[in-house]
Amino acid sequence: MSETNIKIPASVMQKSSSSYYQQWRLIKDNLARYGVIAGGMGVIVAVVMIFFYLLYVVFPLFLPASAEPVSQYSLPEKNLGKTLLLDMEEQNQVAARFTDTGKIVFFDLGNGKTILSQTVAIPAEAKIVSFAQATPMSEGAVIYGLSDGRAVIVKHEYNVSYVNNVKVITPSIVYPMGEQALVLDDTHAPLEKIAAQVSDGSTTIIAKTVDKIRLSSFQKEQALFADDTALTRTDAQLSLPATGVDDILIDKDGSHFYLLSSNGRLAFYDISDKSAPALKQAQNVVETGQKVTSIAFLNGDLSLMIGDSSGLVSQWTMVRDESNRLAMQKIRVFKVSDRPITAIKSEQRRKGFFTVDAAGDIGIYHATSEKQLIQKHVSDALVSVALAPRANGLLMQSADGNLHFWKVENEHPEVSLKALWQKVWYESYPKPDYIWQSSASNNDFEPKYSLTPLVFGTLKAAFYAMLVGMPLALMGAIYTAYFMNPVMRQYVKPMIELMGALPTVILGFLAGLWLAPFIEEHLAGFFSLLVVVPVSVMLFAYFWQFMPKSILEKIPEGSDAVLLAPIIILSGILAFYISTPLEAAIFHGSLRDWFKNELGIGYDQRNALVVGVAMGFAVIPTIFSIAEDAIFSVPKHLTVGSLALGATPWQTLSKVVLLTASPGIFSAVMIGFGRAVGETMIVLMSTGNTPVMDLSIFQGMRTLAANIAVEMPESEVDSTHYRILFLAALVLFAFTFIFNTLAEVVRQRLREKYSSL
Amino acid sequence: MIKEWFKTGLPWVWLNAAAVSVCLIMIVSVLGLIAVRGASHFWPAEVIQFKYQDDDGQLKTIIGEHVDSSVTPAAMAKSAGYKMADDEDALVQYLIKTGNRDVTGADFRWIQVRNIKQQEAPAGLVVIERREWGNFYGQLTAVKENGNVIASGEEAVPIAMQKLDAALAVFKEINHIEKKEIGAVNYELERLRLKQKSLQLKNRWNAETEKTLAVETAAYNEQYKSYQSQLQALYQKIRLDSVVVKTDGGNEADISLSKIVKIYQPNGMGLFDKLVHYVNKFIEFLSDDPREANTEGGIFPAIFGTIMMVMMMSVIVTPFGVVAAVYLREYAKQGFITRLIRIAVNNLAGVPSIVYGVFGLGFFVYILGGNIDQLFFPESAPAPVFGTPGLLWASITLALLTLPVVIVSTEEGLARIPKSIREGSLALGATKMETLWLTVLPMASPAMMTGLILAVARAAGEVAPLMLVGVVKMAPTLPLDGNFPFLHLDRKFMHLGFHIYDVGFQSPNVEAARPLVYATSLLLVVVILGLNLSAILIRNHLREKYRALEG
Repeated sequence: MSETNIKIPASVMQKSSSSYYQQWRLIKDNLARYGVIAGGMGVIVAVVMIFFYLLYVVFPLFLPASAEPVSQYSLPEKNLGKTLLLDMEEQNQVAARFTDTGKIVFFDLGNGKTILSQTVAIPAEAKIVSFAQATPMSEGAVIYGLSDGRAVIVKHEYNVSYVNNVKVITPSIVYPMGEQALVLDDTHAPLEKIAAQVSDGSTTIIAKTVDKIRLSSFQKEQALFADDTALTRTDAQLSLPATGVDDILIDKDGSHFYLLSSNGRLAFYDISDKSAPALKQAQNVVETGQKVTSIAFLNGDLSLMIGDSSGLVSQWTMVRDESNRLAMQKIRVFKVSDRPITAIKSEQRRKGFFTVDAAGDIGIYHATSEKQLIQKHVSDALVSVALAPRANGLLMQSADGNLHFWKVENEHPEVSLKALWQKVWYESYPKPDYIWQSSASNNDFEPKYSLTPLVFGTLKAAFYAMLVGMPLALMGAIYTAYFMNPVMRQYVKPMIELMGALPTVILGFLAGLWLAPFIEEHLAGFFSLLVVVPVSVMLFAYFWQFMPKSILEKIPEGSDAVLLAPIIILSGILAFYISTPLEAAIFHGSLRDWFKNELGIGYDQRNALVVGVAMGFAVIPTIFSIAEDAIFSVPKHLTVGSLALGATPWQTLSKVVLLTASPGIFSAVMIGFGRAVGETMIVLMSTGNTPVMDLSIFQGMRTLAANIAVEMPESEVDSTHYRILFLAALVLFAFTFIFNTLAEVVRQRLREKYSSL
Repeated sequence: MIKEWFKTGLPWVWLNAAAVSVCLIMIVSVLGLIAVRGASHFWPAEVIQFKYQDDDGQLKTIIGEHVDSSVTPAAMAKSAGYKMADDEDALVQYLIKTGNRDVTGADFRWIQVRNIKQQEAPAGLVVIERREWGNFYGQLTAVKENGNVIASGEEAVPIAMQKLDAALAVFKEINHIEKKEIGAVNYELERLRLKQKSLQLKNRWNAETEKTLAVETAAYNEQYKSYQSQLQALYQKIRLDSVVVKTDGGNEADISLSKIVKIYQPNGMGLFDKLVHYVNKFIEFLSDDPREANTEGGIFPAIFGTIMMVMMMSVIVTPFGVVAAVYLREYAKQGFITRLIRIAVNNLAGVPSIVYGVFGLGFFVYILGGNIDQLFFPESAPAPVFGTPGLLWASITLALLTLPVVIVSTEEGLARIPKSIREGSLALGATKMETLWLTVLPMASPAMMTGLILAVARAAGEVAPLMLVGVVKMAPTLPLDGNFPFLHLDRKFMHLGFHIYDVGFQSPNVEAARPLVYATSLLLVVVILGLNLSAILIRNHLREKYRALEG
């Protein structure tokens, strides 16, 4: 209707005035045209850009990991002995090779050139018989068990300095327990197996001799005023036959240790009291006939990854059983290969691990997301491997004496469809569950990125909001559009629409600080309101028809809403008034307690009911306005025709008007639902924001939108957490996009239909 | 009979009518609640002195304002652990604001009405508003100067008021020096530091520039020192005087005048005095900085921040919105493309506001802002300038958010302009652009105005996206000040809506902050409803006008 159809041919204009000015006018006209077109397109661009930008941030979550060889060189200082352990420092520039002759060779990771070769202070008369990496891995300490019952702990450290603006990394070794070897076995029996936990305050060593297992713990105590520290040593001996023990592991706190025998029996001990180790549990961790071929802690030392001779890696973690006792339980299994697993290395920052099998195939996995990230073949057999501290590099020694350095790109292993949407069995949890818990104070925390409780919370909040808002809005729209007298409608409609302009932060604030305590205190009153008010309205309506004609005639048609206002207010007050004695009589005091004691339903002050009322209030104007428009614009001749045929107004409404307007009403509900799904401030302020999955109306929830608002400011840019929050935003965007587009298409159709009627 | 009545369908009509009533009642009661609670914040409440018998039978005095009452039915009270006599059917409790947080540890306490033995409102009780620790209630017994009592008894209050006026004047001076003068010096010193770093980066740092900069820096440091000594003198002056107040527990507390904002005796005030107090408090609310973690004092920075943000947003959103609407109405052929644009507009309106926040944070702040920092502000690295949430990004994000409002409103205005006007203009030889610029757009300007007002109203109330792109709970400086370049688009700002959220939910003392939140809400509601009403009025006026034109 706006299209102007009159076009002035350019030629006419040019002929009538050929001056420079006319040219300029035309140029301006054209410029304006393009400018305006660009502006119009800008709107589409904006929407598309939002979508694609969100997608662009989310996309790397789903990129596969990659591992590529960088360099290969022969073993540095081959003559200094066989490799016991390879290790790398933080920057992936220097690596260390620990040999069985007690040497540590530091070399350049890029080309294999030796930087420094150090000899560990091992007494000349003793030989190295056992060797282990001490926990926590990131500290870089190792322990040597010697043939005369002594042990040496060495730590390798890297000092970063800048010389002429070039980064220089200087390796060095220190002895955290002193250069003097520690006497662990006073009978001077060789320490066949050894394990250690080394930290600033305490050191725990467990060593196995031929027939004994000994535990020695050193507690550093700082004198209050002096600089010097005193070491307190506690010794204990385990009363079990030491035969058959194949491996010993201590966790990083030094509070538990594990003994593994070669036949696959795993025993775990509580050593919170260092003088009295207590056996907690012992059980088989592999199928009969199979052997444990490698074992490692997962980062955090809460679970063990156990690789067996059939190529399976299983994750065992401590779980509290029904009787609240800690017990090892297998929570997941990875099928890594068909051959025995020869090595497992854990990442130091995440719950990922790296496996090597007997044929030289390597794999990188993530425990929580149960994802295989990389599967490659390196060489026919790998003797020793190391995973970089940042999990971005691999150093592997093959049987032919070569070192292979690989680069790993593996930014977001935590994310898989299963981790995001399905039940996951997290460490220390009794069973698989949907959990959202994105961050914690400690480093080795297992992030729990299940979007399910958030989506559930979103839908729950929206559902209760619609439960409150939809009937009120639709019924109100029906009355306003069809029955209300026009003068009143003129005021009522803008007034309800004005309600939509109320900032949601104010609704949220009222819901959280006024409505939530109010409902908590007057729960019974609130429920009796739902019964008393409709009943009173019906009673009033019934008796209204018996009013004398003279009064009925004086009241203009279609002003029932005004008449009802005092009735509703009075009956509302009545409902609260009668609720207290009722509550006392029926529920023995308090409805809340009754729910809790009789039905076992807990009551949260900020719950779905509060959200429902507050957000219902917020969606009413949206739904009302669109639905009212749809009903009001039903062509008059349809209703007039129906009425003329003898239908009552209600029949006309329900059989003709509502049917015709149903697509419009549908789109109103959709848009209202979209609004409820994306609403942030109300849910943020009127729920407890705990991501629980509980359908109960008396429990809170956390929605996607509120979750973004709470966590986004704290999340690190480009981290997995950040991208998952973007994913949440993308989900919200897509969700509302679909709903809004559908609603808009329906409305456009409807408009065309009406214009043809 | 009843069956027949149901058959007529009338009951359903009544029920529908009831729904409208309920909606209206809800709106009115919400607005009423905010209005009553918000407006009563400034009224000087009576301070009551209770003779109260504690559970252990001791009689003591409690002085405070009655804030709230609660009635618990006997059965519930019993289950909550209260002793109830058989003839009591409810436990009535008062919430009393007793203040004196530094003395008693808590601002508020609940007392049981049945234990109140006597209650009165002696005119002599004073309320002292302090800069820290909330209000103080009690009896003003003496005024001290330099530790010596100069007035006591009856004359203490008037003398204290006089002394306070003087102290407040000094405090104002201190505030001016600390905020304005020293702020400016610090700003200049920071500027010089950045200049030095920038010169070093460009390899133009030599003895000469070093010397000039050193001279400038020394000058500013000198200035800083002189202000410092001025401040010291002022602080000396203000710390001399104090008042002695007797608390309800009978202790005497010495309160330095430098810590006091206001002393008044609400019980002795007449109606006129109360009105004056009310107006003063209201003005203070609008024009003062917040105190005590935002729970006391005024909200000026929040008002200022909101206005700045909304103005910036208007500058950005208006041209874009109008151009898009003009395209839709005047240039585009109605068809697939316009349908697509309308869907896009509808989606922009329907996308949850928090998604805009996420987009704004990721795209504007980190990508655009980060690149701007690299290109133009390498000297500030690693501290971000534009690569962190701030006023500019908040404005742009909200401009995107409110774009549909402007488009829809402008489009409606354009649609109402009769075709004959355009045809007339074109027939007289004007180009399309001239027709638009000289006839159509001026006629549609009230519609644009409407759109803009609605957009402003929306932006003023929006909080969720702002939490991500630039709002903070406490901004040390305003985005507009006397330091070049005066308008600081990179600064973070305070916002009324966020203030409500923050004070109501993040503050350590929610109970004490609640009245202030209600007052802030009232202000925000009044502003937003006022804007919306004016938009509706303009629109109605416009409709009338064009109806006449068409006719």
